[in-house]
Amino acid sequence: MCNSCAFYHFAAVFLSLNHLLHGYEKKGDIERAKSEGKELTKEEKQRLRKEKKQQKKSKEKKDDKVIQESGKETRGDSSAASPPQPSSQSTAQKAPSAVPPPVSVPAPEAPTPADKPAKSKAELKAERRARQEAERASKQSKKGDPGPQGAVSKSKAATNELQPVVKRLPEHIQVDNPDVLKKLAKKLERQQIPLRLDYGYKVSLFSHLHQYSRKAPLTQQLSIPSTVIHPAIVRLGLQYSQGIVAGSNARSVALLHAFKQVIRDYTTPPNEELSRDLVNRLKPYISFLNQCRPLSASMGNAIKYVKKEISNIPSQCKEEEAKHKLLKCIECYIKDKIILAATAIAESSIEKISDGDVILIYGCSSLVNHILCEALEKNRKFRVIVVDSRPRLEGREALRRLVQRGISCTYVLISAVSYILPEVSKVFLGAHALLANGYVMSRVGTSQIALVAKAFNVPVLVCCETYKFCERVQTDSFVSNELDDPDDLIVTRNGHTQLENWQQEPSLGLLNLVYDVTPPDFVDLVITELGMIPCTSVPVVLRVKNVDQ
Amino acid sequence: MPGPDKETDLTERVEAFLSDLKRGGSGAGPLRGSAETARETTALLRKITAQARWSSAGDLMEIIRKEGRRMTAAQPSETTVGNMIRRVLKIIREEYARSRGSSEEADQQESLHKLLTSGGLCEENFRQHFAPLKANVIEAINELLTELEGTTDNISMQALEHIHSNEVIMTIGRSRTVEAFLRDAARKRKFHVIVAECAPFCQGHEMATNLSKAGIETTVIADAAIFAVMSRVNKVIIGTQTVLANGGLRAVNGTHTLALAAKHHSTPLIVCAPMFKLSPQFPNEEDTFHKFVSPHEVLPFTEGEILSKVNVHCPVFDYVPPELITLFISNIGGHAPSYIYRLMSELYHPEDHEL
Repeated sequence: MCNSCAFYHFAAVFLSLNHLLHGYEKKGDIERAKSEGKELTKEEKQRLRKEKKQQKKSKEKKDDKVIQESGKETRGDSSAASPPQPSSQSTAQKAPSAVPPPVSVPAPEAPTPADKPAKSKAELKAERRARQEAERASKQSKKGDPGPQGAVSKSKAATNELQPVVKRLPEHIQVDNPDVLKKLAKKLERQQIPLRLDYGYKVSLFSHLHQYSRKAPLTQQLSIPSTVIHPAIVRLGLQYSQGIVAGSNARSVALLHAFKQVIRDYTTPPNEELSRDLVNRLKPYISFLNQCRPLSASMGNAIKYVKKEISNIPSQCKEEEAKHKLLKCIECYIKDKIILAATAIAESSIEKISDGDVILIYGCSSLVNHILCEALEKNRKFRVIVVDSRPRLEGREALRRLVQRGISCTYVLISAVSYILPEVSKVFLGAHALLANGYVMSRVGTSQIALVAKAFNVPVLVCCETYKFCERVQTDSFVSNELDDPDDLIVTRNGHTQLENWQQEPSLGLLNLVYDVTPPDFVDLVITELGMIPCTSVPVVLRVKNVDQ
Repeated sequence: MPGPDKETDLTERVEAFLSDLKRGGSGAGPLRGSAETARETTALLRKITAQARWSSAGDLMEIIRKEGRRMTAAQPSETTVGNMIRRVLKIIREEYARSRGSSEEADQQESLHKLLTSGGLCEENFRQHFAPLKANVIEAINELLTELEGTTDNISMQALEHIHSNEVIMTIGRSRTVEAFLRDAARKRKFHVIVAECAPFCQGHEMATNLSKAGIETTVIADAAIFAVMSRVNKVIIGTQTVLANGGLRAVNGTHTLALAAKHHSTPLIVCAPMFKLSPQFPNEEDTFHKFVSPHEVLPFTEGEILSKVNVHCPVFDYVPPELITLFISNIGGHAPSYIYRLMSELYHPEDHEL
């Protein structure tokens, strides 16, 4: 649907452009558009075939510019939408800012190659609609000047709103596709980063995800000294894969600090521009970190921001100045998006905590811990129930922090949550990311707590900074998730380890999920630094953010 | 005289059983299954019937009630003991009534009219002496024992009626009944089982290893992932510690969460429970319902300093309301939770609900 709308709007834009160029159109123009429309369909089909061949070649080369150029050629001749160009839309993604000029509007309309045959039908429909639109527009333009210009601005705004952001599927959820794996292996070889091998028997439902072992960190396969990867990044990667740095905020802040170190140590090689070279330098680092542990949504947003800042550095800027500017930008990002946001969220949340409350928290969320400590400073009287789960047992860390501050705490495991819930007055949960369809992605077990809280009619409040908002949509916890080391589930009780030899049992599998998604009907309120919003308002916030940028 | 020796022998047996009960239910999960407890209780009651000195049914019932109270006090959470005692009491009543020659219907207080007009049952004091009563009661108890021995097989025989091929079945913790049920189905059908490990005792691990040894595709998940994977599960099959009088369950902790998740996804929840687990208890008795064990399982002593400042709870059981349950499978067939009260009235006499 989005594609046909896009075609429709694109066609409208082109035609209105036509009007601008040719003045008030007469019937001749309409006829020309019509005839061109008919001809175009055949031309389009031919071009489609050409494009398919070109794309097969370009996949190996991965040369964006070739396709874009060919695309521009076709666009120059014809009206309606260009054939699918997956690489061109990535450029659109990299420059989400500003209203794209009408000419380049055709670029982002790019569904996956699989959609091509269906697309031609959609294109035919679009031609028909374009003809209708042409007739309507011609009637409008007879009224006077405002007509075509209004149409132009309207269509401009329309295309801006409905800019289809069709993304490439991330590699880490296509592990069952051997082509994708081969591509990844080649890319890593080029970047001289070792490929991390999957470990253990994977449950069939999750064969599309990676499963690594903690005992085999990627750094063991690196040669020392590694010239490709900055040592700060190597250290960070190791911290990620061993779980030393865990938690969405902690990982993002650690990443940004490592990037600052990289920028400080960076020198522009001769005949290179800082804005382009630094971005290329960062790419292998990001692949390396991805191999150590799949990137989180907040890290993804942070990386996008950093890359944008780097590419916005004017070319005449001196190196020292540029580096200083970048460091400052990163520091501002951390300060605004994480630290100040936490303060703002704490202020709003404290209004929701009344005296005598019994608050339930799950796992260790830095934001929720911060809120509770702030509430204690403001002399609210409450007690906390910390719910924890195997195998990570992160709740113990939260328990230590809270007890140190002097908050009275109770501690249970997640299986006892229906025993303890009748005592609870509110549930505060942290989030890893908030998805565009209102689902909350968080540590596994969060959805369970929200479910039981709903059954007992206890309000559930999710606290999340806006930099964790993500444009993805997801409805279940299977399609995109992370599999942790399955050996973590093994436990020794009374000197006896049941699952010790689970690898030898052919039909036995261990599943250690890291994240799960909570449907929005379980969540009563989301507290962000922009205010307290319902779960379903996440796409509104995302849009506001995109327009700001 | 064989009498006194027999008596001391008997009291020794009873004492040994009581101390076993006290030790056995010490929270690391039952060291013995409920079926074993049921069998031992019944065997012990048979011995008491055979060897104790009694002249009329009333005396026997008094003796059994006294011993029964001691046994249930030793381990209140082990409800099968109390259930077996009530079954035996009902057997005694039936045998007495049969010996007296009165029809069975007169004993059943179905009709409100009878309740109001007859006070006849109160006058029934079981004082009459019947010579063959002892033999009859012992025979009936033997029948009960045979029934107990066959319960797991009877339940497993129904497995193929409920499991089709390529299903994904979820279960929690370890239940010998469910294990036998699934193994029986696995002989003819191929399906996948997901076992929630049920912290902190992690009995699910043992269940998973046993199932995988029987050739069933098994996956072990952490308790926290129950809701996350529930959308792919076709059926939830669980065992339970007790079936309560309202059709609810007293099952291992985590079962309520599992039941809620199943309800949310409209997945049927099937409980495999033999009849001896049916107890005339209601869940209102809050103070006796829950059982707690050492919090060391949850927060070990290695945590040190924070231990003294934190309350830690480690409940063993969970209450599951009957609305969340789809089906009970017992040795006498399948029932809806709303039918449980009827079964209960057939198994136990209302006067025995309070021992």
